[in-house]
Amino acid sequence: MRRILTRVLPLFAAASALAACGGDETTGGGLSGGAPTRTPEPIEGQAITLVTHDSFWVSPGTLEAFTTETGVTVTIEYAGDTGQMVATSILTVGNPLGDVMYGVDNTFLQRALDAELFEAYESPALVNVPMSLQLDPGHRVTPINFGDVCANYWIDRFGDDLPVPATLADLADPAYRGLLVVENPETSSPGLAFLLATIAEFGDGWEKFWKSLRINDVVVTASWDDAYYGEFVSGGGDRPIVISYASSPPAEVIYADPPVDIAPTGVITDTCFRQVEFAGILAGTTHRAAAEALVDFLLSDTFQEDIPLNMFVFPASTTAVLPQAFVDHVVLPEDPHTLAPADIGANRNAWTERWTEIVLR
Amino acid sequence: MTGVPRSARVVAVALPAAFLGVFFLYPVAAIVGRGLTGDGLDRLLGLPGSASFRSVAWFTLWQAVVSTVLTVLVALPGAHLLARYRFRGRAALRALTTVPFVLPTVVVGSAFAALFDRFGLDGGAFRLRHTVWAILAAHVFFNVAVVLRTVGAFWEGLDPAVEEQARVLGAGPWRTFRSVTLPRLWPAVAAAASIVFLFCTTSFGVILILGGPTRATLETEIWRHAVWRGDLASATALAVVQLVAVVAMVVVTNRLQRRRAVGGRQSARRPQRPTGRLLGANLALLATVLLLPVAVLVERSLAVGDGYSLRHYGALADRVNLLPVPALVALRNSLLFAVVATALALVVGGLASLVVVHGRGWVSRVFDLGLMLPLGVSAVTLGFGMLIALDDPPLDLRTSRWLVPVAHALVGIPFVMRTLVPTLRSIDDRLREAAAVLGASPTRVFREIDLPIAGRAVAVGAAFAFAISLGEFGATSFLPRQPDRLTAPLALFRLLGTPGDLLRGQAMALAVVLMLLTAACVLVIESRGRFGSGVVRGDL
Repeated sequence: MRRILTRVLPLFAAASALAACGGDETTGGGLSGGAPTRTPEPIEGQAITLVTHDSFWVSPGTLEAFTTETGVTVTIEYAGDTGQMVATSILTVGNPLGDVMYGVDNTFLQRALDAELFEAYESPALVNVPMSLQLDPGHRVTPINFGDVCANYWIDRFGDDLPVPATLADLADPAYRGLLVVENPETSSPGLAFLLATIAEFGDGWEKFWKSLRINDVVVTASWDDAYYGEFVSGGGDRPIVISYASSPPAEVIYADPPVDIAPTGVITDTCFRQVEFAGILAGTTHRAAAEALVDFLLSDTFQEDIPLNMFVFPASTTAVLPQAFVDHVVLPEDPHTLAPADIGANRNAWTERWTEIVLR
Repeated sequence: MTGVPRSARVVAVALPAAFLGVFFLYPVAAIVGRGLTGDGLDRLLGLPGSASFRSVAWFTLWQAVVSTVLTVLVALPGAHLLARYRFRGRAALRALTTVPFVLPTVVVGSAFAALFDRFGLDGGAFRLRHTVWAILAAHVFFNVAVVLRTVGAFWEGLDPAVEEQARVLGAGPWRTFRSVTLPRLWPAVAAAASIVFLFCTTSFGVILILGGPTRATLETEIWRHAVWRGDLASATALAVVQLVAVVAMVVVTNRLQRRRAVGGRQSARRPQRPTGRLLGANLALLATVLLLPVAVLVERSLAVGDGYSLRHYGALADRVNLLPVPALVALRNSLLFAVVATALALVVGGLASLVVVHGRGWVSRVFDLGLMLPLGVSAVTLGFGMLIALDDPPLDLRTSRWLVPVAHALVGIPFVMRTLVPTLRSIDDRLREAAAVLGASPTRVFREIDLPIAGRAVAVGAAFAFAISLGEFGATSFLPRQPDRLTAPLALFRLLGTPGDLLRGQAMALAVVLMLLTAACVLVIESRGRFGSGVVRGDL
């Protein structure tokens, strides 16, 4: 059930991402008409600011490559987690903290679009990005990476007498009573993604599923670290299933101390929800041309190939080659759950309120 | 402050007023104004009718009251010990008590859990995780130092002869404490308790992480609405309630503090050595509350696989994975910010204290109230307020390196004032008059009388401002920041955000280093203060 990736992964990623969104490759296919004409504005010597979330991390020298190439220097401005970054940017709309924002995901996308945070820009580099990731046909945002939020399990706790749960529905099976810890979707990003996965899977039946989870003694925490380090086996807790990322097992290997060969955790691929992260040019920038160049750079192989081992997500561009250490341990779910950003934007507050009533009250 | 030059008086009033106005009142007014112009006003008017709001408001209030009472009860015996007795390790113990300020909630939470686990208490009926007991215990842990130190510093200055007279006249120890000590101690107790209360009102990580997902306070609700629901209107309505409640609370405690203030005489008495049993009992209590979680932390920072090693410490100088700069750079940043924040807090808080003590009528009361408010206002309100208010030249400070120390100073100022004001008030006016009669100028009186006597209080206030800045997370996380300005608490949070024993070990090592750094700095700051006050006490 665990799929170890091979070198053909970029292709596979593209295919699965396409499959995930029901093959809407006919929309917005205007890219074949070639790159939009670039204003020949000289950008050399300009300094621009990239507003991003706290999880943004690149190898030393990566952004310097952009400076060498274009003469534009980039300052990073961290604005908290994704929710905080979007809230901050909505407050400062029109007088933004920077020129480009990187890291808004599909769960927050609609809110950002509604607030008119971004100026449209169709990067020529989008030719290498699967259409299924291009969630805004108006190109106000450009997909840069994607990853999955999935249930993780502690391998040693499962075996012949207790097989690893295979599906979302299994988690509500009495055989798995008292094993699961989830994060509150009102206060945690993976918690929200998991709720969205159950809504995508069960439709209106999601409420019934969560009622069963509650009967099955699910534990809820406010944040990812409290779940992973407080309740999950990895941090000394006693729950062997936690909502985390598909990339958590590779992190358990890469950041193991002392080193290990095999991750102590695995991913239940049927439970995954796909998160796509985007970059957008912030409305009100005074460095439009340099901002466009930066968005192009974020989709270049230099940047894209630096993403996996630093941020533990997949590059959006199919031309990027994945590092072996990532490929060796990471799992890419074949058919992750998705929901349209507009649906999420319109319903998330109502869904999470209803969830609170069902699970916490 | 009769006789003080008018220009000096103007500066003493204008500087703190300008600081508070630009960096607190204006940003808060801007964000509240923005929120209320939308649907915020309707939301605000709708709050009293909402059952969930009433339960949140009630929980916010009672957990803060109970936390404060418990903290005072746990801390008073220790304050007595530190004030009245001299023993080996006294300075170290004092420094140690400020250490919890720099420890991240999730680390303290897991340390407590490990502790309960070790004694087999965290199972069945005694489960601490995600209960209100966890919240109360953590609030005592984080705040015990506030009472211990502010009350202790004041207590030290009270003349024990009065108690001795009461004992000679036949009063028992409890009666003596209740009728003689407590009334004189009251201003300091009220001052410390009001700080603890505000801290518990706006506490965030403790409620969210230790209290579990079903418990919410105004502070966590403001954050949830503003950040997670994108609902500025509701967040603002709650922020207004929080603001009004905090103003009311500070007005009440300020009154209590003034009305009950009984002038104390400063003492030059040498502290005595405690009896073995008293020392033992008090130390055991403090150690349980403070030392054990710290010990768990140290153990974890050293654990590598099945053995122990210093490897995680060695890694701090390198570029730690997932951090934009090495952890040592984050520590250096934190130190620099703390130095600047402490200096700002001392200047602004010191001047404001003088205005509160010597100023007239409403000016004194407004300063006493206004500079307390930043403690009771949510980090979201202040952080978002600064973003939208300080965004135009000449005040485009949103990405300025000064914003973080300024935000830290706002939190540190109340500590400086709450230690300084009761002490300044307790200085016998006859002492000042005597000096004036002997021909000393008002500045000289201040320099030779007020400053030396207040030296200990200033040192305690400075130590708090410093430790708080070193450990500040909430307001810092709401301000935009560049990678090379990462602070140590943010680095810790970042390291704990990804799985892997290596990252966790480095986070624990960083926490221990931050803790040692705090203790060392507090020791240095306080040894200076003691020097200043010691000289003059000897002269008295």
